[in-house]
Amino acid sequence: MSGKEEVLSRQISVKSKVRVQMPRKLRGILLGSAIPAVLLVVWQYLSHIGVFESHLMPAPTAVFDKLAEMVNDGSLYGHVGITLYRIFFGFVIGVSAAVVLGALVGYAKTAEHLLDPLIQAFRAIPSLAWVPLFILWMGIAEPSKITLIAVGVFFPVYLNIVSGIQGVDRKLIEVGKIYNFSDFELIKRIILPASLPSFLVGIRSGLGLGWMFVVAAELMGASKGVGYLLVVGQNTYSPDLVIASIVLIAILGKTSDSLLKKLEDRALHWQDSIGKKA
Amino acid sequence: MKMLALENISRTFANGSAGFKNVSLEAEKGEVIGVLGTSGCGKSTLLRVLSGLDQEYTGHVKVNGNAIKSVHKDIGIIFQEPRLMPWLTALENIAFGLKGAAKKQKQAEEFTNLVGLAGFEGHYPKDLSGGMAQRVSIARSLITKPEILLLDEPFSALDAFTKMQLQDLLLSIWKQYQTTMVLVTHDIDEALYLCDRIIILRGQPGEVYKELTVQQPRPRSRGDAELARQKEEILSFLNLNKTSQEDHYEKSNTPAK
Repeated sequence: MSGKEEVLSRQISVKSKVRVQMPRKLRGILLGSAIPAVLLVVWQYLSHIGVFESHLMPAPTAVFDKLAEMVNDGSLYGHVGITLYRIFFGFVIGVSAAVVLGALVGYAKTAEHLLDPLIQAFRAIPSLAWVPLFILWMGIAEPSKITLIAVGVFFPVYLNIVSGIQGVDRKLIEVGKIYNFSDFELIKRIILPASLPSFLVGIRSGLGLGWMFVVAAELMGASKGVGYLLVVGQNTYSPDLVIASIVLIAILGKTSDSLLKKLEDRALHWQDSIGKKA
Repeated sequence: MKMLALENISRTFANGSAGFKNVSLEAEKGEVIGVLGTSGCGKSTLLRVLSGLDQEYTGHVKVNGNAIKSVHKDIGIIFQEPRLMPWLTALENIAFGLKGAAKKQKQAEEFTNLVGLAGFEGHYPKDLSGGMAQRVSIARSLITKPEILLLDEPFSALDAFTKMQLQDLLLSIWKQYQTTMVLVTHDIDEALYLCDRIIILRGQPGEVYKELTVQQPRPRSRGDAELARQKEEILSFLNLNKTSQEDHYEKSNTPAK
């Protein structure tokens, strides 16, 4: 009896030891992929027994085959490359414009009165409503797509910069004033670093919208790109291609967001918040 | 020439019912002046005016005989809260007010040692205790070598022991640099322990009600009988209110913000 208890308790202690020793990062990855893995298995099983009809919802293996096929014939790189190119330039242009205008509106009251109502009015227009105009002005080549993406990225970044700057603690700014900082020094040494957290939040949600708009732009008129693959999939009745494109977008979007998240953690390591303690 | 001279300074808000008025004051080099008063009598406003952060006042502030109207490099201030930049390390915070990179590092290290923070240079404010953070803030204000140091209830948020340690630190700094100090506080013991002269502000808006000198030579004992007697005296000054004694008593008991 007592021997059995001993064995039992020893087992428990070994188990907990293993859990402690597992690197935190690995544990996070394992936990994060547990549910997707289960869903994949269920999906595969349901496709296998015929609950999902293959001409509507192909099995994961079929989707994977399609992806592998595109990798093998080399067509995938071209599509992914052009999509990344569009989102990169759209994102950079949108963020740059938002930084300049956001800093101006956040810092100078006059600029706020002058510009903010106008920008807010523009924000009320769904960005997709611009599409006809952009195509009219710039044709269906790259400029109109990049502009659309830039417009989509602009607003969340702008809003977060303005609220970040306006939310900077007056007490910290006074410290700079005591040392007779010029406006430029105040912005550079206190206001920008202090508003960095909300700026990064804005950038991440901006990138999310960027992915949305790059796909929208490519759906509407492109001869290449991940969004174009969706259209091809629809027109050729190949759901495997549609799902493969969706998976591709998910992977690319998640990867780019993880990169930004990593950058955020790097830049904000000084923050004292719950998220950092875990 | 007086190090610091205030000539008939007034700064009021809310239709004249808050702030202070007609304050005149002179300080010699190296003098430590305490400003005592119940909350709402304009003590902190007085320091904001002196520091140049608040320029909406009437009257003149003179440093070494020159009238000033904005922030001045010879005047440093220590706030009630440390007000550290959370994204800078202790050392970088200390060097915050230094212009030009030359000797910055060395000077910052020197002042880190001065306030007893050697070994904590690389810590971020989130990892510092309240007392350590206030030490950083003291070093930050001293590093620009101000001739006049303004202190706005600098130790009021600290526990009793840390408070005593930092008061002694302040005295040792005063000994070394002979800085003129204006200390705003609502802690009578603190004022008696640190100051040469104590100004009592009263009323709303606050006016100079009484001025008394503390003769005891430093270092003073915290339990000194003469200081205890003066404390009684100050308490009686603060409680004697011609208009409404009870109202004033209540105010003196509300913790100052």
